[in-house]
Amino acid sequence: MLTKRIIPCIDVDLDEDGNAAVYTGVNFEDLQYTGDPVEMAKRYNEAGADEFVFLDITASAEGRATMLETVEQVADEVFIPLTVGGGIRTREDIKETLRAGADKVSINSGAIANPELIEEGARAFGNQCIVISVDARRRFDEQGEHYVDIDGESAWFECTVKGGREGTDMDVIEWVQEAEERGAGELFVNSIDADGTKEGYDIPLTKAVTDTVSTPVIASSGCGGPEDMYEVFTEADADAGLAASIFHFGEYSIQETKEYLDERGVPVRL
Amino acid sequence: MSSTRQTAAEVVVVDYGLGNLRSVTRGLERAGADVEISDDPADFEGADGVVLPGVGAFSEGMDNAGPFRETLIELAEDGKPLFGICLGMQMLLTTSEEAEHAGEGDVEGLDLIPGANRRFTGDRKIPHMGWNELSVEREHPLVEGVDGEYAYFVHSYYADPDDPDAVVTTTDYGTDFASVVANEAGNVFGTQFHPEKSGETGLRILRNFVDYCAEQ
Repeated sequence: MLTKRIIPCIDVDLDEDGNAAVYTGVNFEDLQYTGDPVEMAKRYNEAGADEFVFLDITASAEGRATMLETVEQVADEVFIPLTVGGGIRTREDIKETLRAGADKVSINSGAIANPELIEEGARAFGNQCIVISVDARRRFDEQGEHYVDIDGESAWFECTVKGGREGTDMDVIEWVQEAEERGAGELFVNSIDADGTKEGYDIPLTKAVTDTVSTPVIASSGCGGPEDMYEVFTEADADAGLAASIFHFGEYSIQETKEYLDERGVPVRL
Repeated sequence: MSSTRQTAAEVVVVDYGLGNLRSVTRGLERAGADVEISDDPADFEGADGVVLPGVGAFSEGMDNAGPFRETLIELAEDGKPLFGICLGMQMLLTTSEEAEHAGEGDVEGLDLIPGANRRFTGDRKIPHMGWNELSVEREHPLVEGVDGEYAYFVHSYYADPDDPDAVVTTTDYGTDFASVVANEAGNVFGTQFHPEKSGETGLRILRNFVDYCAEQ
């Protein structure tokens, strides 16, 4: 039986000397140096991670070059799938990321700005390596197209860019449908509302997406522990659960999380 | 990384211009092989084994493999180990619904393992993406020690060989499909999953392959 995937997310930044580094904060504050991304990947691989997501959070040319080196080093050491995102805007960006050893690229604002990039990438490299990432935000006004009930209030989900700082007025549900039609092989669903809260994934959001598409969905943002993974797998039919800080700070191990799920009947790779 | 293995089989990874060859190359090296990435059929003949990697679409893969087609078939018939991975495995069969689906009519595979590649239907997410279990149906050197282990899959089509004996392992995705196939002689085989992305289980399969090449 196909298992649910547990994916640690590694946000790659640059340290003062320009080397790849990972910092983790609580609610975007008090960023602490957490480690070297290659060492972290090796450790998580041994701990039973099913896959990795690496995000370049520098949005700079230096960051991008460092990221590609990091991907090469990880791909040489770790034999599980790698998804790489952050600043991917052209077919050439996709190609060089895959050549560095990534199996999939995660594209967010690059696809919103140029939806044809999805077709282009899927045609050239296969659907399976084009992951479309959305940063969704709840809106409670009349501007949306697809509404869900959240605690008695009617809400829709808006695609945002720049880490939620800018809205687009695009309805997430419309967009994921379009992305799938254009050839996205997987969807990576982040929630601006849940991000950093550790109070659980945005279940209505994740469910609205999995109800709409037939491609696999990675749920992201808000994971505070194994019970949140359980909830997003059983109530929102996510295929993979992504988490960062709970693993980085060692609050829960991947193994512990998988055992928790296994005991409750969720198929995982143990 | 140093290797204590004695069996330095020479393996060629066929470069037909698609995707990421880095992981499969490193995985084979980790398994003890001397690896050469090549698009020159003369190199295939000199190697102990040949790997057909692959991501992408069937007809595009067959187009790109066109210049090697005759060489690959001859080597396979001569008993050279030939290992197809994912799309590379699907190319070992005769036809694919993928080409029909794309309106490209009949695209001939290598026909080394007679059969068709079919699309998953019904109420399943497509692609089949993630870790799933291998159930060994019959002995083959490639799958020694991996019964019940998990491997990483990404695909929308699956192999349906004409001869049930060609099925070496099956995997359950709503229904059982062939996740490893092999020809009757045993030297032509393929995995639907990516051994180079399947952690320790995948490395075990790559080691089995390299050992098999060294013994031939």
